[in-house]
Amino acid sequence: MSLIRMTGIHFAYPGRPPVFAGLDFSLEEGQRVGILGPNGAGKSTLFLLAMGLLSAQAGAVELFGQAMRREADFAPLRTRLGYCFQDPDDQLFCPTVLEDVAFGPLNQGLERGQALERAHRALAELGLDGFAERVTYQLSGGEKRLVTLATVLALRPQALLLDEPTAGLDPQTQARFESVLQKSQLPWAVISHDHGFLRRLCHQVLELSGGRLTPLA
Amino acid sequence: MHLETLAHGHSLFHRLDPRGKLAVALAYSLVMATGQSAWAGGAGLGLCLAGCLAARLPGRELLKRLAAVNAFTALLWVMLPWQVYPAGDGWLGLRHHPPGIFLAGMITLKANAIVLGLTLLLATSTVNQVFHALAHWRISPRLLQVFFFFYRYLHVLHREWHRMHQAARARGFQPRTSWHTYRTYAYLTGGLLVRSYDRAQRVYQAMLCRGFQGTYWLLDHFQWQRRDDYFLLWGGLLVALLLVLELAA
Repeated sequence: MSLIRMTGIHFAYPGRPPVFAGLDFSLEEGQRVGILGPNGAGKSTLFLLAMGLLSAQAGAVELFGQAMRREADFAPLRTRLGYCFQDPDDQLFCPTVLEDVAFGPLNQGLERGQALERAHRALAELGLDGFAERVTYQLSGGEKRLVTLATVLALRPQALLLDEPTAGLDPQTQARFESVLQKSQLPWAVISHDHGFLRRLCHQVLELSGGRLTPLA
Repeated sequence: MHLETLAHGHSLFHRLDPRGKLAVALAYSLVMATGQSAWAGGAGLGLCLAGCLAARLPGRELLKRLAAVNAFTALLWVMLPWQVYPAGDGWLGLRHHPPGIFLAGMITLKANAIVLGLTLLLATSTVNQVFHALAHWRISPRLLQVFFFFYRYLHVLHREWHRMHQAARARGFQPRTSWHTYRTYAYLTGGLLVRSYDRAQRVYQAMLCRGFQGTYWLLDHFQWQRRDDYFLLWGGLLVALLLVLELAA
């Protein structure tokens, strides 16, 4: 079963030339895909379409083998995909780190105690034990990144979608980020401009350019 | 930008449970705002001053806050103490008007007393603590979310504004009294609006991605202690005393 399958996607932002005209993309169980491409090629748009946060003008999106047609189809499946946004400030909107990490599990219907336990465990996995009570907007750039990963891992997703997760990180923080990802058993799709990073983390690297995905040798 | 200059300290007022402080602050402000008695106003002001001293709040910061309030009350002192006499009696047809003077005095007294009280009781907690305390008192969740998001993204937007401003300055922009300056500020403001709108949309998308269905969860953070019982008792008594002064007048 494909985790994500997008076929024949046509998409254009209003008043702009089309980003995709017949794009196909899929993420399979156990697969780790890297995506690179020039700015404005539509890398983030691809993820937003997969999550149903934008809707394509034509084409089909399937998540976990189910056809997605409207918001009501996407809503229950979204938390099974862990989507890390490009800008951590978009993602950290709760007062404290613990609340932010527990936000997803609580939405999934977990009881308070269970959600907290899961949040604490996700923080511990990233070595962020002492961060629970910290105020989200006072974190450094690297800390924010790690916390966004924790908020997503706390969902216990079946796959990750990471949009430039290491942009702006210093080498140490980047190494820590990588080692956490390597330890997880999850499949993922990662957008990055860092060729080496993608090579280390992915089985396959695709280039998105001119609205087309082509495997990179 | 730092709005929590007074929130970090070790005095009793800093350690009290924000829920108790919020309750006393609300009762106090209500009594003060609706009161007509100068005695009650004066007593409230005195109590809060004493509290601010006990909490060792820095005088400079207090004066800055009081200056902001009194910029408004100063306006009242320009307007209220005068009465117009159409017959042309007095200077430019204006004459002293004692009830107006008293009214301006009362408003000044009450405004200062309330600001000092809120500074003492609310500014000694962080904004997040006040936010949580409000949530515990079951204030409308929608209002709370607006309040919290406002505060959370104020920082982000302020940083964005600052970045754009720096970018403008890096290219030689210097504010002057000129169309170029007005236009540049209009661009910056417009840019900020557009960015805020985009930001709001992305935040909402991020919330949807984690299964947001309208509930904004809050977790418990406070530990109610014996001293909070005492504070609530004493705070309640003092507010009651102000009310008695008020009713006696």
